[in-house]
Amino acid sequence: MTEIAEPMPTAMPVSLHTGDAATKRLKARYAAERRFRLYGILAILFACSMLVILLSTLLKEGTSAFFQTEVKLAVTIDAGTIDPQGTGNPAEWDRGAFQTLVTDALYKAFPDITGRTEKRDLRGLVSPVAGVRLGQMLDKNPSLVGQTIEVWLPASDGINQIVKGGIDRDLPEIERPINDKQLAWFDSLEQRGDVKSAFNTTFFTASDSNYPELAGLLGAAVGTLLTMLVTLAISLPIGVAAAVYLEEFAPKNRFTEIIEVNINNLAAVPSIVFGLLGLAVFLNFFGMPRSAPLVGGLVLGLLVLPTIIIASRAALKAVPPSIREAALGMGASKLQAVMHHVLPLAMPGIMTGTIIGMAHAVGETAPLLMIGMNAFVTSAPDSLLASSSVLPVQIFIWADKPERGFVELTSAAILVLLAFLILMNGAAIWLRKKFERRW
Amino acid sequence: MSVTLTVAVLLFLSLAGFWLGRNRAVAVAGGRIANLHSVPNYYGSYMALSAGLPALVLILVWVALRGAVMDWMVLSAMSPEQLEAWARVMLAPAELETLLPSIADGASALSQTHRQLLLINISNLAIGQAQYVNPGVIDSITPAAGHLAQLRGLADWTLFGVVVALAGGVLAFTWSKIGPEFRARNNVERIITALLVLCSTIAVLTTVGIVLSLLFESIRFFTKVPITEFLFGLQWSPQTAIRADQVGSSGAFGAVPLFTGTLLIATIAMFVAAPVGLMSAIYLSEYAPKRVRGLVKPVLEILAGVPTVVFGFFAILTVAPFIRDVGAAMGIPISSQSALAAGVVMGIMIVPFVSSLADDVINAVPQSLRDGSYGLGATKSETIKQVLLPAALPGIVGAMLLAVSRAIGETMIVVMAAGLQASLTLNPLESVTTVTVQIKSILVGDQEFDSAKTLSVFALGLVLFLVTLALNVVALRIVQKYREKYD
Repeated sequence: MTEIAEPMPTAMPVSLHTGDAATKRLKARYAAERRFRLYGILAILFACSMLVILLSTLLKEGTSAFFQTEVKLAVTIDAGTIDPQGTGNPAEWDRGAFQTLVTDALYKAFPDITGRTEKRDLRGLVSPVAGVRLGQMLDKNPSLVGQTIEVWLPASDGINQIVKGGIDRDLPEIERPINDKQLAWFDSLEQRGDVKSAFNTTFFTASDSNYPELAGLLGAAVGTLLTMLVTLAISLPIGVAAAVYLEEFAPKNRFTEIIEVNINNLAAVPSIVFGLLGLAVFLNFFGMPRSAPLVGGLVLGLLVLPTIIIASRAALKAVPPSIREAALGMGASKLQAVMHHVLPLAMPGIMTGTIIGMAHAVGETAPLLMIGMNAFVTSAPDSLLASSSVLPVQIFIWADKPERGFVELTSAAILVLLAFLILMNGAAIWLRKKFERRW
Repeated sequence: MSVTLTVAVLLFLSLAGFWLGRNRAVAVAGGRIANLHSVPNYYGSYMALSAGLPALVLILVWVALRGAVMDWMVLSAMSPEQLEAWARVMLAPAELETLLPSIADGASALSQTHRQLLLINISNLAIGQAQYVNPGVIDSITPAAGHLAQLRGLADWTLFGVVVALAGGVLAFTWSKIGPEFRARNNVERIITALLVLCSTIAVLTTVGIVLSLLFESIRFFTKVPITEFLFGLQWSPQTAIRADQVGSSGAFGAVPLFTGTLLIATIAMFVAAPVGLMSAIYLSEYAPKRVRGLVKPVLEILAGVPTVVFGFFAILTVAPFIRDVGAAMGIPISSQSALAAGVVMGIMIVPFVSSLADDVINAVPQSLRDGSYGLGATKSETIKQVLLPAALPGIVGAMLLAVSRAIGETMIVVMAAGLQASLTLNPLESVTTVTVQIKSILVGDQEFDSAKTLSVFALGLVLFLVTLALNVVALRIVQKYREKYD
C-alpha cells in the first residue's frame, strides 16, 4: 500500500463564487427561477381552466335542452269545437280551441278531479301552448278531425324542469313552480307509461316564443345566415379590392398613409360605435327598416372590413416579387400581373382571413342591438328587409328571461353558436394548412 | 316594377354588352384577332362595365334618397286641415296646444317624432295594412296614402325607364366606338383601378361617417345640456319628462359616474388580464416545450373566439353567484351585479388578446440579447426580467393600452353582468354602470329621436370613440417605434 499524504489543511482563499454565501445565493436564484416558471404555468392553467369551466357549465346546463318531456294524451278532435263554422277548411279553424281539446283530454285522463283550483293545477301539467303542436299536426293531416287520437304533447316548463333535474323536487312546495298534487298526478301518468323524454325537434324547427318548451333557434339561425350573406357580399370584394390597391398600386404618399393609419385604427374601434353609425346613417338618414338583416349585414360588413383588409394585405405581401416580375417581364400589364398571378396565389391567405373575420362577425351582438335586432320575432325572416333576430342576440334575449327553461335554452343556443364558430375556425385552419406555401 | 327587377334587368343588359362587345371586336378584326389592340374579352368587359356601373350608381343613389324625397312630397301636399284632423286624434292635448298655432305652416310644424308617426300611419295605409292605423285618422290621411302609393309606383317605373335608357345609350355609344385601334384594355384597367381606389377609401368614409354622425347628434345634445355639465356633473339619471307637469324627471346628465364605473371595471379587468396574459406569453415563448405550446395556443385561440355575449352569460350564470357566495361566506354582502364579477370576466376575455400581443413583442426581441445574458451566467428568469422585459417594455405598454381600449369599449359583458345604477363609487363589490351599458339601455326600445335622453347616447358614443381612438393611436405608435428599433 502506498501512502497517500494527507492534504495540508490550508486556508483556501474564499472566492465570491464558492463558499456558503455563494451556495445560498445560488439556491435563492434557482428558487426564484422555479417560482417564476411556476407563475407562468399558473397563468396558463388559469386561462385553460376558465375555458374548461365555461364549456363544462354550458354542457351541463345546455344538453338537457336537446330533450323535452312529453305527455301522452288521448285527444278527441271534436269537429264542432275547432271548426265552429263547419267549413272544413283548416284555414278557418279556431286556433284557440286546440288548447281546449288538450285540457279536455287532460280532464278525461283524471276523471276524479273536479274542483276549480284542482282543475287549474291539472292544466299546469301540460304546456299552455300544447294546442299549437296539435294544430300543426292536424294541418298536416286534416283527416284526423272527428277521431280520438293518442298524441305526445309537450309538458309544461315546470314539469320539464322537474324531470330534467333543473328544479329539485325535494324542495319545499312553496319554492317550486309545481305543487305536491301536480307532482303526484304527474307520477301517476309516469306509472301508466304516458311520459317520455323525446329529442327536442322544436328547438331546431321553431323560432322565438314566450314559452321555453315552444322556443327554437330556426328564426335566429336564418337571420344569422341572411345577415352573414350581406356582410360577406360587402366586406369581401371591398376588402380585397382595398388591399390590392394599397399593397400593389398605391404610391407612397400622404393620402395612402392616412388610409393605412385609418384602417389600423378602425380595427380597434369598439363595436358598439359601429352600431351607433348604423343607427344614425342607415336607419335615421337613409330610412332603412329596423331589425332587418340587410342593415345588420351592412353594419357588420363595415365592422369586419379592416380585419379582411389587413389579412389580405398580409397574404399579398407574402407572394414573392419574383412572380410579379416574371409576369411583367412577359409583357403583362400591372393589373394583369396582379389579377392573373398574385391574387390567385394570395387567395388561400385571403380566405383564411375572411373566415376568421366572419367568425368574429357571427358572434357580434352589441352593434345589432343598436339597430333594433332584438325584436321579438316568432318566425324565420323571409327577406333581407323582414324583421329578424340573430343567434347571439337570441342568446342575449333568452339570458334575460326569468323562466328556468330559458337558462338551458340559452346554454344550448350557445353550444350551437360555439359549434358553428369552431367549424368556421377549423375550416380556416384547414385552409391554411392545406394551401400554405413557403416561398 | 321593383328595384330588384331593375337590377336584374341591368345585370342582363351588362352581360349582353359583354357579348356584343366581344362579337363586335371579332367582327371588326376581319378574322385576324392579331389586328386588334386588345384581346376580344377586353372589348366585352369595356362595354359591360361602362353600361353597368353608371346605372348601378344611379340605382344606389335613387334607393338611398327616394324614401326621404317621397316623404317630403307627401307631407308637403297635405293640407293644414288634414294635419289638424290627424293631430287631434293622435297627439296628447298639451302637444296639440303647442302645435295648433303653427299648423298653417304644414307638416314642418310637426316635431320629428310626430312626423315619423304620421309617415308610418300613411305608409301602413298605402300598403293596405289599415289594421295598424287608428281608425279615427284613416279619413284624414287617405288622400296622402293614395298620393304615396301613386308616387311609389311612378318612382319605380321612372327608375326602370331611366336605367334602361342610360344603359342602352351607353351600349350604343361604346359599340360604335369599337374598332381595331380602340385601346380596350387600357380603358378597362383605368376603370378597375378607379374602382380599387374607391374601395380603399370606404374605410376612410366609415371613419368620417362615424365622426360626423356622432358629432352632429352630440352637438344637438349639447344645445340642450351644457357640455360642462355632461363632462363634470356628478349625477346621471337620464329620465326626461314625457309630460311637462311630471314630477321627479328633470333629467341629470353628469357623466362622471359612468366614467368612473367604466374605469373601475376596466381596471379590475386589467388586474386579471395583464399578469395572466403576460405570464402565459412569457412561459409560452421562453419555457414551454413545443408540445405544450401546440396544445395551449389553440386553447387561447378558442378563448379569444368566444363571443362576448357568451362571456356575459358565463358571468351571470357562474362567476357572479360564485363571488356572491364567497362574500356571504366571509360575511361581506356583495351585490349580484358587482363590478368585480363583470371585471373578472372581462379580464378572462382579454387574456388571449394580451398574451398574443405580448407574444409577438417578446418574440421580436433579438436572440443575441438573450444569448448575451445567458453567456454572463444569468438564469432564464433573470434574463427575462432584466433583459427581455426592459427591451420589450414599449411593446408591452402598447399591448396593454390596446387591451385597456378593448376593455373600455366592451359592451355585452357589462350589459349583462354590471348594473344600471349610476353610482359614484370605487368599491368593486358594489354595482356600477358603464358608458356602454348606458348607450345600450337608453337606445334599445327608445324611438324618440330628439329627446335629450336619446341624444345623450351619441355624446357618450363620441367620448367612447375619442378615448379609444386616442389609446389606439398612442399604442400603435409605440408598438411601431419599438418594432423599427429591432428590425
